[in-house]
Amino acid sequence: MRIAVITFPGSNCDHDCYRALKLLDGVEPEFRWHRDTDLGGVDAVLLPGGFSYGDYLRAGAIARFSPIMEAVKAFALDGGPVVGICNGFQVLCESGLLPGALLRNESLRFQSYPVHIRVETTATPFTSHYRKGQVLRIPIAHGEGNYHAPPEVLAELEGDDRIVFRYCTPDAGLAPEANPNGSAHHIAGIVNEARNVLGMMPHPERAVEELLGSTDGLGLFQSLVNHLSAGATP
Amino acid sequence: MTNARTPGTGTPERESSAQRPEPRPGDPEITPELVADHGISQEEYERILRIMGREPTFTELGVFSAMWSEHCGYKNSKRLLRLLPTEAPWVIQGPGENAGVIDVGEGLALAFKIESHNHPSAVEPYQGAATGVGGILRDIFTMGARPIAVLDSLRFGDLASGRNRYLFSGVVKGIGDYGNCVGIPNIGGEVQFDQAYDGNPLVNAMALGLMKREELIKGEASGVGNTLMAVGARTGRDGIHGATFASEELSEDADESSRPQVQVGDPFTEKLLLEASLELIRSGHIVGIQDMGAAGLTSSASEMAGRAGSGVLLDTARVPVREEGMTPYEILLSESQERMLVVALKGEEDEVRRILEKWELEAEPVGEVTDDGYFRIEEDGRLVANIPALPLTEGCPTYEREGSEAEEVRRLREMDLSSVLEPEGDLSDYFLELLASPNVGSRRWIHDQFDTTVRTSTVIRPGGDAGVIRLGNTGRGVAATTDCNGRFCYLDPREGARAAVAEAARNLVCTGALPTAVTNNLNFGNPLKPHIYHQMREAVLGMAEACRLFETPVTGGNVSLYNETDGRAIFPTPVIGMVGILDDVERAVGSTFQQDGDVIILLGENREEIGASEFLYHFHDRIVAGLPPVVDLVAERRLQHGVLALAESGLLRSAHDCSEGGLATALAQSAVGGDGAPRGIRVKLHERFAPIALFFGETTGRVVISVRPEDESEVLGMCRNHGVPARVLGTVGTVGGPFRIDAPRGVINVPVEQAHHQYYDALPRYMDRDEKPEDPRSQIDG
Repeated sequence: MRIAVITFPGSNCDHDCYRALKLLDGVEPEFRWHRDTDLGGVDAVLLPGGFSYGDYLRAGAIARFSPIMEAVKAFALDGGPVVGICNGFQVLCESGLLPGALLRNESLRFQSYPVHIRVETTATPFTSHYRKGQVLRIPIAHGEGNYHAPPEVLAELEGDDRIVFRYCTPDAGLAPEANPNGSAHHIAGIVNEARNVLGMMPHPERAVEELLGSTDGLGLFQSLVNHLSAGATP
Repeated sequence: MTNARTPGTGTPERESSAQRPEPRPGDPEITPELVADHGISQEEYERILRIMGREPTFTELGVFSAMWSEHCGYKNSKRLLRLLPTEAPWVIQGPGENAGVIDVGEGLALAFKIESHNHPSAVEPYQGAATGVGGILRDIFTMGARPIAVLDSLRFGDLASGRNRYLFSGVVKGIGDYGNCVGIPNIGGEVQFDQAYDGNPLVNAMALGLMKREELIKGEASGVGNTLMAVGARTGRDGIHGATFASEELSEDADESSRPQVQVGDPFTEKLLLEASLELIRSGHIVGIQDMGAAGLTSSASEMAGRAGSGVLLDTARVPVREEGMTPYEILLSESQERMLVVALKGEEDEVRRILEKWELEAEPVGEVTDDGYFRIEEDGRLVANIPALPLTEGCPTYEREGSEAEEVRRLREMDLSSVLEPEGDLSDYFLELLASPNVGSRRWIHDQFDTTVRTSTVIRPGGDAGVIRLGNTGRGVAATTDCNGRFCYLDPREGARAAVAEAARNLVCTGALPTAVTNNLNFGNPLKPHIYHQMREAVLGMAEACRLFETPVTGGNVSLYNETDGRAIFPTPVIGMVGILDDVERAVGSTFQQDGDVIILLGENREEIGASEFLYHFHDRIVAGLPPVVDLVAERRLQHGVLALAESGLLRSAHDCSEGGLATALAQSAVGGDGAPRGIRVKLHERFAPIALFFGETTGRVVISVRPEDESEVLGMCRNHGVPARVLGTVGTVGGPFRIDAPRGVINVPVEQAHHQYYDALPRYMDRDEKPEDPRSQIDG
């Protein structure tokens, strides 16, 4: 199966995502340039982290206007699986594919270290490989990861089981000190209503090898592969 | 004349080389005052007159001023630098290029270098530090290497001062925002706080880059008729004469007026420039590339011509600029960031332009390579400067000065410290307070603001003895560290420099890496003062001796002089940036205890030394005195080999060197550092000398390791074979257990959680709970 990794000017996790996808059997990652207008028939799309267009104005605010995003939007509205990580999550919110916004971290500082997140739902194409309530150890690295949305949107996210990951303590508890950026409801990742678009701040692609400290991110990519293979041979 | 400025129309006629430019309307007249304002001495000006055979124009004077500044010309350090060892079979590129390059096996080469941005950071910490990172990254990728890691060596004054907290937080944010955006992991470095750096912080940034051996490219303007192209950001009026500014002392009121000399960074453009440059180098359309760094277009063009033994012809009217009406003087000396000068093969300019356009950047032809050996500048076809290139780049006068030790330093070194060894009160209290000293406590507050894991190759993150990065898919790794104890160097610069090299090597072997090569950053005061020149010479001699013995040649670096505020110099701070290679990166060793029951062993010997210690500074009125620890380089070498052998045999669960704060705090760092839960320890020391020296003295040549109980005798046997003193100190305890060190004349006994809290609170207690650090001047200005 073919998965597109989108490179915007300023993306800096595109190669990391490519490398992580390569670890999975049967996956062919392909780079797509921000000026491309066609996804070329891929099975899934990954928006990587970084500082697209320097994050000038607001994180992700300029990337949403790049030519490739028209194709990504059409792909997502058609039900194609899309994952946005870190800056990718910001781009998805800015382009309206996901609700809410990512504000500056409460500390007003960039935060970069491994955090614990709890899997809140396995009913997505991206988390079926995990157990509900499972705690993952995955690095974050962002200055604007403080998720906010109007109360009614947060209620909807809660009610529709669309909160995919929450920041937590190592033993799965929810506590302010385990929330690295001040996100509402400890939100680390959400899906859209159709559950085919995921945005998350932590970097699963940085947690796919024992040598680098964690393999907890592999399950996310494995879930996606399982989902796509199931679709290919219904 | 007029057609000579179009690239590809041939070399200008021979006799033009000696042509004298007409005075440019509006340029000031050359007077002795103007010459002095350019930092050029009478003696140097006479040399310029001899080289030129006439009086220089205003533009030419500016060019000489920049190229013969300390920053570009190394006039007070060049002769000393020749004393350093620079060669080894694995050195591909030594000093003189944008960065040093070594062979790291598997057909790969590692480019690495350290560079200072001290003066700009003292004036505008955020931009000063950010552009320091930008500059060092460009030095790496202009060699053809993709940057894979950065480190920083930082010095600030006491954090009790609001001004120092402002500088510290601004520098950390500047480093973070720039490196994070470009996407290069920060893997370590060091920071020290001492009032000696009040008003004159040190910001030394180091970068590493990886390439295939054959991708190496140099900064040479070769091939007559080839086209010089300005690439990247446009040229503005920022940073004009930054190189000259960096070669002057700072004064209390200079910093406001100096702000125009500080450049402003744009990491997004840097990221694009990085990708475009690497693509350009691999495309084969260019033969040379160089950063327009210090002294901008002037230094890049003249150095490229100097190295190739060619000449260059540039037209400043063709350089893309940010604002109208810039003079050739300004265009030549601007230090606007994120710009490159490339030498494109004649006729392939459009291909170069296409690659740059893909990355949304500009590339404009601005001149050509000539063979007349002249650095010729025109403004819209009109000659404004015409200088022989080689004397400009190589002819800068170099000085060897008289040096002598300051009487005050001798007095401090000989001070009797016996009274501090018999303190009143509980040793546990001293221990806990020292753990929370900014010089001993955790650096997490800093590196939590740096992206340490982007590029998915970081094996050991900051916080250990050295950062470790894997080298692509080769299974190999590279470790890197920066080290220098300015207090040691102040009291004895030669011994201090030897200690810096030894500590760097020790940090590398603690991760399992073989020390391989060095880049250095020599930070000193005003070299015209005899006691400063004495420090420089002694430090270089000590560094040379240690680098020779450890077989770690110096492949380049940077010299930063005139680090003085109102006549008071910083501590001599010859920072060592060292890289080492791990044949098997899976064998990398961390610095924290792993398992209760593991055996704690001390390698090396305890000595009764307390001079120059953090203990003295912290508890005795910030005094820096006494004999710094003695460095036994031969014993260090044996220790390094011993630790490496243990690491390669997979026998080490952890290894950590003893430095600031001594043995007790080193044990604490292994017990509470890292991401795991804090573990207690039970340790017994046998030395009968003063416990203050035993616990907190900073004796060099010591490493604390932990090993599995079943490996104990094998480890001790290996140490014997390597001639390394090794003694079992005790065992690692359980998570949350007591932290206890017994000695014949004293004991430290604290709950490990308390040690943990103190250790991690060292910086937040200043940075998070005090009022938000502000620029005190902004309050004064209203």
